[in-house]
Amino acid sequence: MNQIDVSLIDWSRAQFALTAIVHWLFVPLTLGLGLIVCIMESIYVRTGVLKWLRTTKFWMKIFGINFAIGVATGIILEFEFGTNWSNYSWFVGDIFGAPLAIEGIVAFFLEATFIAVMFFGWDKVSKKFHLASTWLTVGGATLSALWILIANGWMQYPAGMSFNPDTVRNEMTDFWAVALSPVAINKFLHTVISSWTLGAAVVLGISSWFLLKKREKTFALDSIKIACIVGFTGVVLSWVTGDGSAHQVAQKQPMKLAAMEGLYEGSKGVDLLAMGVLTPGKQYDDSKDPFIFKIPVPVPDLLSYLANRQFDSYVPGINDLVNGGYDTPKGKALSIEAKIERGKLAINALADYSRAKKANDEPAKAEAKKVLDENFAYFGYGYLKSPADAIPNVPLVFYAFHIMVILGGFFLLLFPVVWFYGKKNKFAKTKWLQWICILSVPLAYLTSQAGWIVAEVGRQPWAIQDILPVNAAISNLNVASVQLTFFVFLFLFAILITAELKIMFKQIKIGPENENEKNTEKLSNQ
Amino acid sequence: MKKINSFHDFIYMYIEGFKNLTWGKPLWIIILVKLFIMFAILKVFFFPNFLNSRFDTDEEKSEYISKELTKTPIINDKNLLNESD
Repeated sequence: MNQIDVSLIDWSRAQFALTAIVHWLFVPLTLGLGLIVCIMESIYVRTGVLKWLRTTKFWMKIFGINFAIGVATGIILEFEFGTNWSNYSWFVGDIFGAPLAIEGIVAFFLEATFIAVMFFGWDKVSKKFHLASTWLTVGGATLSALWILIANGWMQYPAGMSFNPDTVRNEMTDFWAVALSPVAINKFLHTVISSWTLGAAVVLGISSWFLLKKREKTFALDSIKIACIVGFTGVVLSWVTGDGSAHQVAQKQPMKLAAMEGLYEGSKGVDLLAMGVLTPGKQYDDSKDPFIFKIPVPVPDLLSYLANRQFDSYVPGINDLVNGGYDTPKGKALSIEAKIERGKLAINALADYSRAKKANDEPAKAEAKKVLDENFAYFGYGYLKSPADAIPNVPLVFYAFHIMVILGGFFLLLFPVVWFYGKKNKFAKTKWLQWICILSVPLAYLTSQAGWIVAEVGRQPWAIQDILPVNAAISNLNVASVQLTFFVFLFLFAILITAELKIMFKQIKIGPENENEKNTEKLSNQ
Repeated sequence: MKKINSFHDFIYMYIEGFKNLTWGKPLWIIILVKLFIMFAILKVFFFPNFLNSRFDTDEEKSEYISKELTKTPIINDKNLLNESD
């Protein structure tokens, strides 16, 4: 793939990253706020108390604005797959397509059908049917996330497929190995549950704004109660599922884990870092200390436990992964250079297979297929020029991971503190805490985006782990066309986000509607 | 307020809902404009399917991808292959 311009790869990645980041501004709020709306409406249906109807309707409106502006932004990613990443799109075959098709058919239609009942069906269907529609809409959104994350999980840990050299595609051999891959399941749980925390932070922030403005005290305090319960549950479960995700990373993507911790030299009994400052310009093959300073978590050997569930276990660093030679359950680890050579063998075998097929030379085909099968696990390494190509951007992954963890700790503290102040009837008077809640809204988004930076930048250079790097996944396009569409997207996304914020802020300022006033207005219109 | 008892009522709920939009009206305008830009402009003029626009059959596509993926240097050092995994 030497003929591909590096700037084409960078621009295509930048375009994909931009689209994914913007898409991910809308999705977690849909998932998190959706659950909160479901709970609020459930309370209303169970108790019949009208204030909960009013509260539900307000948050449903915010949910609706976010849903409407965000809907279909994810489809742009699918356009990009077909145009900018055509080698990848062909190579993954039906494995990537199947979960996306299920997402489109089942989950999207579930959302599209019941969201109308959610917004148009008040007073037209029974309370219980309306509640069921709300749960089904949010369930549909969560199911969408499941299938997308199964597809993403497969890219991080390809399983349940075999490569067909005749079609040059991977073919699904075991649907359940793809759908129930431990990486996909952990990713789904961690992503959805952490979105609950983001939704709760948004409710907390907006409710605090009402209190600061001395408006809608009962509504705000009721909303805060639900937000604290959902937020705290979300953040505790995010820590649990985050541990599960990190364990899977250690097992399946050890280079990503090493980058997350800035770990260059592995050993037994490795500490987990709370924070640190990396030495600028550090390369894997120089003798510089990786850190200017670092602060470990006070529990010793925690990274070893997180990686292997044993405190005294060995965790390889970046240099160990590059040089190989350490013990693994399958024997001595290969060096990256050896993997590169095995990858080249696999690529050459694919070329030999194609030639033999054209010449109708069955013995040569069989021989090439044998070599390809033996080395296919390293296929993607054949496109790397040097071991350095196998290392992701360490500072970006390290800082993103630690920002996510530190902010995860902040939210673990914030929700109980707000709950405590609320329980003591002090929250409505505690302005400094209200301001913290408002400022926590962007922090929740930062946490969520940082998590995706860890997941996606940390797995570079791979489009599909070990099998296809980004430089082989890309279409051979003119870089100017990718630059143009990047700026077109930047412009469109800026308009969309501005529109969302403008409409949302306007509705927040209006506040929850008074049901009596609304009924009067309806009567006067008739 | 009339409750829904039939499919006709269900469709009517949609029609009534759209007719009586208040704060939802600008949202629907944004959705429609967005979908138009995405599917009628971006998809058609900026994001043609790379393979579909160049090849007609799956065989041609797989041949092209095979050529693309096999343009790579040959093995440099066979000794490295003696390492075990």
